[in-house]
Amino acid sequence: MEETTSNGQSSTAGSPPGNQAKQPRVRAVPGRFGSYGGRYVPETLMAALQELEAAYAAARKDKAFRDEYHRLLTDFAGRPTPLFHAERLTQELGGAKIYLKREDLLHTGAHKINNCIGQALLARRMGKHRVIAETGAGQHGVATATVCALFGMECVVYMGTEDMRRQELNVFRMKLLGAEVRGVDSGSRTLKDAINEAMRDWVTNVRTTHYLLGSVLGAHPYPTMVRDFHRVTGQEARKQILKAEGRLPSAVIACVGGGSNAIGVFYEFIKDREVKLIGVEAGGRGHSLGEHAARFDGGGPGVLQGTYSYVLQDLGGQIALTHSVSAGLDYPAIGPEHAWLHDQGRAEYVSASDQEALDACLKLARMEGIIPALESAHAIAECIKRAPQMDKSDIVIVNVSGRGDKDIGILRENLAF
Amino acid sequence: MAIVFKKRPGLVAYITCGDPSLDISREVALAAIRAGADVIELGVPFSDPVADGPVIQRASERALQHGTNLNGVLEVAKQIRQQSNTGLVIFSYLNPILQFGLEKFCAAAAEAGVDGSLVTDLPVEEAGEYLRAMKAHKLAPVFLAAPTSPEKRLREVAKHSRGFVYAISRTGITGTRQELAGDARSLVERLRLHTKLPIAVGFGVSTPEQFAEVGSFADAAVVGSAIVQRIEENLGREAAAVSEFLSSLTGTAQEAVGRS
Repeated sequence: MEETTSNGQSSTAGSPPGNQAKQPRVRAVPGRFGSYGGRYVPETLMAALQELEAAYAAARKDKAFRDEYHRLLTDFAGRPTPLFHAERLTQELGGAKIYLKREDLLHTGAHKINNCIGQALLARRMGKHRVIAETGAGQHGVATATVCALFGMECVVYMGTEDMRRQELNVFRMKLLGAEVRGVDSGSRTLKDAINEAMRDWVTNVRTTHYLLGSVLGAHPYPTMVRDFHRVTGQEARKQILKAEGRLPSAVIACVGGGSNAIGVFYEFIKDREVKLIGVEAGGRGHSLGEHAARFDGGGPGVLQGTYSYVLQDLGGQIALTHSVSAGLDYPAIGPEHAWLHDQGRAEYVSASDQEALDACLKLARMEGIIPALESAHAIAECIKRAPQMDKSDIVIVNVSGRGDKDIGILRENLAF
Repeated sequence: MAIVFKKRPGLVAYITCGDPSLDISREVALAAIRAGADVIELGVPFSDPVADGPVIQRASERALQHGTNLNGVLEVAKQIRQQSNTGLVIFSYLNPILQFGLEKFCAAAAEAGVDGSLVTDLPVEEAGEYLRAMKAHKLAPVFLAAPTSPEKRLREVAKHSRGFVYAISRTGITGTRQELAGDARSLVERLRLHTKLPIAVGFGVSTPEQFAEVGSFADAAVVGSAIVQRIEENLGREAAAVSEFLSSLTGTAQEAVGRS
């Protein structure tokens, strides 16, 4: 998060990325990415969102806040993360040179900690001592429980009971860290339902509670703020690749659930038009509605949980059920900035199936000694498809957003040795 | 047909349409009107009702399982309008209306004889296009005011509302409560500085005492979850049960309603 530049992009939302250094074409609308984004919440939450927006605007201008954020990223979370040349995978695929951005090496096992440190500092600044969060795969819940332990805050995490089943280990980790985990039994019992329940808690306890939302979703200022807290990934990756190769990559690949790790690694490259940005959605186990979480392949513009973006829904506007082997991608809407990057043609969005992700997970484990999270394995799967089609002079960066320890149970169910 | 509160406190009755069926929703609405309701809020079920408590969540799920959609709700409105002049307000989350089409929704609602609508997750800031379409079709936009709304927001809410303003009695989701929070009275007092429109207080009104209490400081009370719960608990005699409940709430003489 850098005060000087983090201001520019969001205030020119609506203009094509290439024009951002020049005159913005469209008048600045805070919280809008083209027509996407906004703030669609019950009136009770409006004052809290405005308070949060103001607090964040003040915090990012405050050097002490930025210094503390960066100090914790370094000393607590373990930044910078390495950019690793995956030599054996590169050789095996026989095309582009592959680099892995190792967000999986961060404390708590995924990129989520970047945002949690930022928002916990903000909550403390606002005098809110109770923190709530939703979690899908459990990585954001664990990261939230971790920063709450660090700052001595009360922590309640909402999690769908289906996700609690498939991410049992993370449930225990959260409890170990002192958080209360509340199971959510409605709807598909996954991430979407956990967000509904967290919003109901927030609307009830809004005066004392900060909602530490875990992705670039929800009402303004969340998509902008969460993106800013994850920009560090792309800032590091850009410097690292320039140092290692003396030039920019041909492509950057990341998985996209809500889209926080993807926007984090994409953001610094948006202005570099020659760098392809590729987001990988969950293709699940089939093409029909309910069998996947590929919002750009079957979804359309709509409003869910505070923001206007691409949503998987039926003709009547009811939100569809989704499926993915990875709980972190199993969500019917995508962050509004991704919707805008998609419509602008600045980023390309594809999908990988459950099976492709599982295969990719195994391949990375065997070729490079890295067990990625099943979410990140979707990005690896796209790299496996794409790298062989590319020239040997091309460079690809894949964001390994998290590690696979949490997925051992699912991997055991799905892989037979 | 208009939004008029005949006595104080007026009664706004909410039902989740399609639970257990659209036909029964219509019968319940007509029974509520006979029991003294001044305005009927016709709830459009939504898959992700973030502002609602467990009672309305369950009703919404049931209604969706029966395939209820916005078209069906508008059809119910039309049928009620054929029999009554009582105020009718569509109560919905934004996405079903967006997918229907804002302009098309307003045209269809006006055609059905609806008086206005309240969109739970559409604050005034985001309502420009909606307000234009509502105005073009002479429909009343009703906005929510919350105890957490600062003065500036209350002023905007009051400025853009027509028909009445819906004051949320406390922070939280819909559902019955033991007692009304002190928030409600002070919110109505603050809101009163900005509007001459009737102010209806909702979220948690379920007993005759609460109903009467609301009457001491506001123009009307909204009763929602308590009605939906009566429907849930009285399958087969929903209209009669709601009629009995509302009559006891308002203290008016109970009329015999078509018992099955």
